[in-house]
Amino acid sequence: MNGGSKPKKTIEPKKNPMPCQEPAVRARNFNEVALGYSEEAVVAEANRCLQCKNAPCRQGCPVEVDIPAFIGLAAGGDFYGAIRKLKEKNALPAVCGRVCPQESQCEKYCTLGKKHEPVAIGRIERFCADWELAGAALPQEVKPPTGKKVAVVGSGPSGLTCAADLAKLGHQVTIFEALHVPGGVLMYGIPEFRLPKNVVQTEIGNLKDLGVNIEVNAVVGKFAVVDELLNGGGFDAVFIGTGAGLPYFMNIPGENACGVYSANEFLTRTNLMKAYRFPEADTPIRVGRKVAVLGGGNVAMDAARTALRLGAEESWIVYRRSKKELPARHEEVEHAEEEGVKFAFLTSPTRIIYNDDYWVTAMECLQYKLGEPDASGRRSPVPIPGSEFVMDVDTVVVAIGQGPNPLVPGTTEGLQCNKKGNIVADPGTGATSKPGVYAGGDVVTGAATVILAMGAGRTAAKSIHAYLSGKN
Amino acid sequence: MYRIVRKEALAPTLSLFEIEAPLVARKARAGQFVILRINEEGERIPLTIADFDRARETITCVFQEVGKTTKELGTLCEGDYLQDFAGPLGLPSHIENFGRVVCVGGGLGVAPVFPIARALKEAGNEVIGIMGARTKELLFWEEKMYSACSELWVTTDDGSYSRKGFVTDLLREVIEKKKDVGLCVAIGPLPMMRAVCGLTREYGLKTVVSLNSIMVDGTGMCGCCRVTVGGKTKFACVDGPEFDGHLVDFEEMARRAVIYKPQEQLAVSRYVKNSAHNCSCGCGGGR
Ligand SMILES: Cc1cc2nc3c(=O)[nH]c(=O)nc-3n(C[C@H](O)[C@H](O)[C@H](O)COP(=O)(O)OP(=O)(O)OC[C@H]3O[C@@H](n4cnc5c(N)ncnc54)[C@H](O)[C@@H]3O)c2cc1C
Ligand SMILES: Cc1cc2nc3c(=O)[nH]c(=O)nc-3n(C[C@H](O)[C@H](O)[C@H](O)COP(=O)(O)OP(=O)(O)OC[C@H]3O[C@@H](n4cnc5c(N)ncnc54)[C@H](O)[C@@H]3O)c2cc1C
Ligand code: SF4
Ligand code: SF4
Ligand code: FES
Repeated sequence: MNGGSKPKKTIEPKKNPMPCQEPAVRARNFNEVALGYSEEAVVAEANRCLQCKNAPCRQGCPVEVDIPAFIGLAAGGDFYGAIRKLKEKNALPAVCGRVCPQESQCEKYCTLGKKHEPVAIGRIERFCADWELAGAALPQEVKPPTGKKVAVVGSGPSGLTCAADLAKLGHQVTIFEALHVPGGVLMYGIPEFRLPKNVVQTEIGNLKDLGVNIEVNAVVGKFAVVDELLNGGGFDAVFIGTGAGLPYFMNIPGENACGVYSANEFLTRTNLMKAYRFPEADTPIRVGRKVAVLGGGNVAMDAARTALRLGAEESWIVYRRSKKELPARHEEVEHAEEEGVKFAFLTSPTRIIYNDDYWVTAMECLQYKLGEPDASGRRSPVPIPGSEFVMDVDTVVVAIGQGPNPLVPGTTEGLQCNKKGNIVADPGTGATSKPGVYAGGDVVTGAATVILAMGAGRTAAKSIHAYLSGKN
Repeated sequence: MYRIVRKEALAPTLSLFEIEAPLVARKARAGQFVILRINEEGERIPLTIADFDRARETITCVFQEVGKTTKELGTLCEGDYLQDFAGPLGLPSHIENFGRVVCVGGGLGVAPVFPIARALKEAGNEVIGIMGARTKELLFWEEKMYSACSELWVTTDDGSYSRKGFVTDLLREVIEKKKDVGLCVAIGPLPMMRAVCGLTREYGLKTVVSLNSIMVDGTGMCGCCRVTVGGKTKFACVDGPEFDGHLVDFEEMARRAVIYKPQEQLAVSRYVKNSAHNCSCGCGGGR
């Protein structure tokens, strides 16, 4: 007997598998791919956790969820306790459990991951959140009204989190959203098969229960500018979380031909406007037989998988680096491969070729090789001279990134932005160069992640609260 | 929800709606547009702000029934509600005193050109209005245009009212006769704007056109509305909708405008088959 110390438990080296729709079936429907753990599986998975004292996993979570604590509760079957623990730090666990890039965040630092597969933190988180969504929502505590009004511009994860936190503190919050539905990228960008829209809308429903007022069809910079919200609008502070919604194009010839979409347009038509249900829904989309998606991030994977579901015979990811550098979540790349998405690595187009009617017929590409590491630490792609070849395609989706939409920065006097047009905000407080105006999420950092945007919303809520408390 | 407070049938398949939208009405300016959705299944369609009334808190739009959504819109009556109505979008027209200007409205284009003519006149310009339609019964807002212009020239393609001919015929006459025209604003069907630009280019007369590219969000997020202007890609919803007509690639615009033709035809035939709306309020919506 090794007196006193705990008996060593045997560790299952692999994560409990996530049940999924069969690839061949799901590649043709829009239902969620990953079906979620059963109660047995989640308890088993939670029991893989070693409950490390120093909890290295926490340093990988941008909002510092108390991972061992919530997993410990789940391991004992106390999902009510687990979800409460989660919600202390994370306002949207049903979303994060599904879309966080866990392999580069929490799970990257998991002790188990050194020898085996890490604990499936995200999957356990998702189970707990879905458990709550299936039943009655937790009662949410709201402090007495402070009489202070805050305007939140944009209803993506940063705005939603900021609004929730401020409402709980007793402030009266109004969200202004440009589109006709709140949720930001969670609604218009990330597809139904990865993040069901009813999950997002339930989370938003909770926010309304907190007393948050949501004005849709409200484009700030057009119906009112930020200064008007502050002076005359009756708001004591403003949070800007307008995201990175401006699509970049390649600036190659032929890019305005018919059949070339930005990923934003392709995904917005499909997700927000439900074009996959055309003609029941009124918005059309056109997907050809062979689709090329340019880029290698989550957005590109989503577009390529969406193309298959819309009926494309072939869907290609065209990426100028190699598989190792793909910035998308691992799970999405795997799922895309299983579904039959094809990959053209070390390839980039130089010109889009179209016919007399202006419709895309092909794409001229160059082959690349990997050179020296660049500023991002990744090996940079170098074109191989004379390697031109032609790829027959009839639809091209450009998914090479997005910048900040200039509507709000361009109409807000005294708001400092950087060269790329991102709003400059103190990472520790969210404060901008303009008193009473805070910002966070993709509009500050450039296209990043849901959880980082949420973290920024939370940080800003804290400083806005402090600012309002001092302003009597 | 946004209430339709007034409906007027201007011509067969051409209607006017006055819509209650306080936030849009407060800020609306000539040249801007709105994006609306009829109901939950609806698509987002842009319509130009043809007039606004800050006191009544309303926006006036004039629309032509061309496809499924606009036909369905035509069946709505006073007192009905629109699901969504966002605006004012796009950049307002650039208004200054140019001296003498010509404002050309072709067909439906009379509606969007009207507030621009009025604003130009208020800025001290001598505004010469030219309006035209295919035939007499499609002409509307002659009185209104007249009030916004110093003089108004009217034409119909078939000669059924006023002069026979195209707006370009009148425009040439005006330019020749009046000289010193500082600016031309031309709004109407694509071929008409293209023809006007072809003409004014001969005279070196700067011409502003308003582009109706296909849109989704109207906030610069999707790039669907992109047009080539002076060799550069612009987003019509945020960089426009007005551009220097001499720099616009009309050929590309025309091709992009019919991207969804097969889908539009399917939608409209399906709609006509399924819709048995019988409107009895006398507004003509039951058509
Ligand atoms: C297709 C796609 C897939 C992604 N996949 C993942 C993933 O798997 N995991 C992950 O972590 N991240 C993913 N991301 C990134 C993530 O979604 C974003 O980082 C996150 O949504 C940023 O949140 P935000 O609050 O800053 O802004 P957004 O979510 O962009 O929301 C901004 C909101 O502001 C509104 N708005 C903009 N301008 C105005 C205005 N003038 N007035 C009023 N409202 C305005 C917009 O309409 C929008 O609703 C993905 C992004 C995309 C596009
Ligand atoms: C800035 C702007 C201002 C406009 N102002 C007016 C106006 O004041 N009055 C008016 O009658 N029409 C206006 N239009 C055009 C109007 O939006 C289209 O007629 C309408 O969308 C057609 O929809 P539908 O379903 O009835 O027809 P469809 O059968 O779908 O289309 C008919 C034609 O309309 C165009 N169109 C289709 N969908 C869209 C869309 N989402 N956005 C833009 N164009 C589209 C296409 O070129 C198509 O060929 C404007 C368009 C823009 C971009
Ligand atoms: S919020 Fe994201 S990073 Fe944090 S624990 Fe959950 S899945 Fe991991
Ligand atoms: S590092 Fe891994 S094993 Fe350790 S507490 Fe965190 S999740 Fe559990
Ligand atoms: S309509 Fe989407 S960018 Fe213009």
